Amino acid sequence: MAVAVEDTGREPLVAIRGLAKYYIRGDQVIPVLEHINLDVYEADYVALMGPSGSGKSTLLNLIAGIDKPSAGEIRVAGVDIAQLSEADLAAWRAANVGFIFQFYNLIPVLTAFQNIELPLQLTALTRAERRERVEVALQLVALTDRATHRPNELSGGQQQRVAIARALITDPAIIVADEPTGDLDRTTAEEILSLLERLNGELGKTIIMVTHDPKAAEKAHRLIHLEKGVLVD
Amino acid sequence: MFVLLFVLRNAFRHKLRTTLTVVGIVVAIVAFGVLRTIVDAWYAGANASSSARLVTRNSVSLTFSLPLTYAQKLRQVSGVTGVAWANWFGGVYIKESNFFPQFAISAQTYLDMYPEFVLSPEEHRAFMADRTGAIAGRKLAEKYGWKVGDQIPLRGTIYPGTWTFNLRGIYDGAESGTDTSTFFFHFDYLNEKVKQMYPRRGDQVGVFVEQLRDPDEAAAVSQAIDATFKNSLAETLTETEKAFQLGFVAMSEAILVAIQAVSFIVIVIIMAVMANTMAMTARERYGEYATLKALGFGAGFVAFLIFAESLGIAMLGAGVGIALTFPVAQGFADAVGAILSGLAISRETMLMQVGAGLLVGVIAAIVPAWRAARIRIVDGLRTIG
Repeated sequence: MAVAVEDTGREPLVAIRGLAKYYIRGDQVIPVLEHINLDVYEADYVALMGPSGSGKSTLLNLIAGIDKPSAGEIRVAGVDIAQLSEADLAAWRAANVGFIFQFYNLIPVLTAFQNIELPLQLTALTRAERRERVEVALQLVALTDRATHRPNELSGGQQQRVAIARALITDPAIIVADEPTGDLDRTTAEEILSLLERLNGELGKTIIMVTHDPKAAEKAHRLIHLEKGVLVD
Repeated sequence: MFVLLFVLRNAFRHKLRTTLTVVGIVVAIVAFGVLRTIVDAWYAGANASSSARLVTRNSVSLTFSLPLTYAQKLRQVSGVTGVAWANWFGGVYIKESNFFPQFAISAQTYLDMYPEFVLSPEEHRAFMADRTGAIAGRKLAEKYGWKVGDQIPLRGTIYPGTWTFNLRGIYDGAESGTDTSTFFFHFDYLNEKVKQMYPRRGDQVGVFVEQLRDPDEAAAVSQAIDATFKNSLAETLTETEKAFQLGFVAMSEAILVAIQAVSFIVIVIIMAVMANTMAMTARERYGEYATLKALGFGAGFVAFLIFAESLGIAMLGAGVGIALTFPVAQGFADAVGAILSGLAISRETMLMQVGAGLLVGVIAAIVPAWRAARIRIVDGLRTIG
């Protein structure tokens, strides 16, 4: 039940109450998440863990606004995103969420620079302003010399760093990471985790990460376990 | 700029697939253009005909002739200001495949009545002065490399024997649609020789052409002419020059309809090919579309990318196709010779080719764009990995 809500006196950045998600197949109702209550605070670094099928990715998708709950409320910075229309939700995601995926999800025909710039195309920034921001992001992930390379010309770790830069570029309220090290070797995974730590520690970014990897989870401030769709202690 | 770059790079991501699709569209657009041009050429004679001229032939059939003496009576019909006549010659130049129309004409009256055949005064005079003289259209002369002064031998099929003509002039068309692939010579020369060889076939005319005082009187004058020769040995059928030409077209109406149908079927086939290409393309990129949507791009943007790519490929094919239609049509015209005299690609045909390209691009993108726009982000993301 409501295991992840604490009375800290602070206003949570993400406040989830009575969240449920289920799929209907024919006459069958398949529950994926039930009775989820969870608070995530600004500058938190939360790791969601659990066995396959426990619903952790679904929870992450709901927080990120790329899926809709069957019941309950998800408030992010005071906005109940479950009530937003598709168009409003898209605009909300563009402004508030940075995505890091397991398989990087870069656009293969665009260079590293253009991939990072992609979310800024939805803003009113000028070309020069966009360039300035992308250059800063490239420096942050130490890929300035790879700016003109396409994803297939980069290693897995470099691609994930490009994805991290893309996630940061709009200065979102939260960064969601779904198995960010799942496709990387141990050394590269460490580099990526260090980078995420820096984002959280130095830039104060709120990170919610799904992982199977206990070493990755160790880096988080809070560890939240899911089992069969419910939060467990 | 970014969107254009994105669309361009997407379009050429699978170079072989895109190239083959573009080649397919090029072939379809060229085929469409050439087939439409062939149909247009069939109607070119009718379109170029004057509304101020009537054609009178034997009411039984065009293969039956009319007495030359009718000319005098035709001149007396109210509304007729001039009368000329012509006989189909049907000769062979060197070999059977060198087909071109040849007419024995009442030279002075015929050329007066057809100002669209432009001859220099010197050549006109030379033609009139030479009983065995002939004139040829520019296109015909260029095809066989004839020059003024050359002797042109024709082997008669309707009028046996070898007939040798002195080429006295090469005429041009007053307008771009004017036929310049016909060979004319003096009816008097033909008639004189026919009378010598076959006296009973002399003084016979294939068709009379009447110049009208007022094109609006065409129907009344036609009736008056036919009434004049009612119950005679050779009754007449008079119609406008356009109707006369369309009568020839009507003989091959079924073929023309089939050609038109094929021209549209070609477009439908390429539409299916293009739709398949775009469906494959979109299906492969569901993960990317889902990523774009996750980043905040709307369903409309995703649909736009697919439409733009599809239209880009289709219009590239259409552009190249339209450009290639000209040499291909010219090659076709050279191959068929004078059978189709006016094989010119019309503005309407080019517009239809552009329209076909647009239609192919839009229709091919509808289903993939609709699917990509509707795909749930979480489902699309599952396709990666």
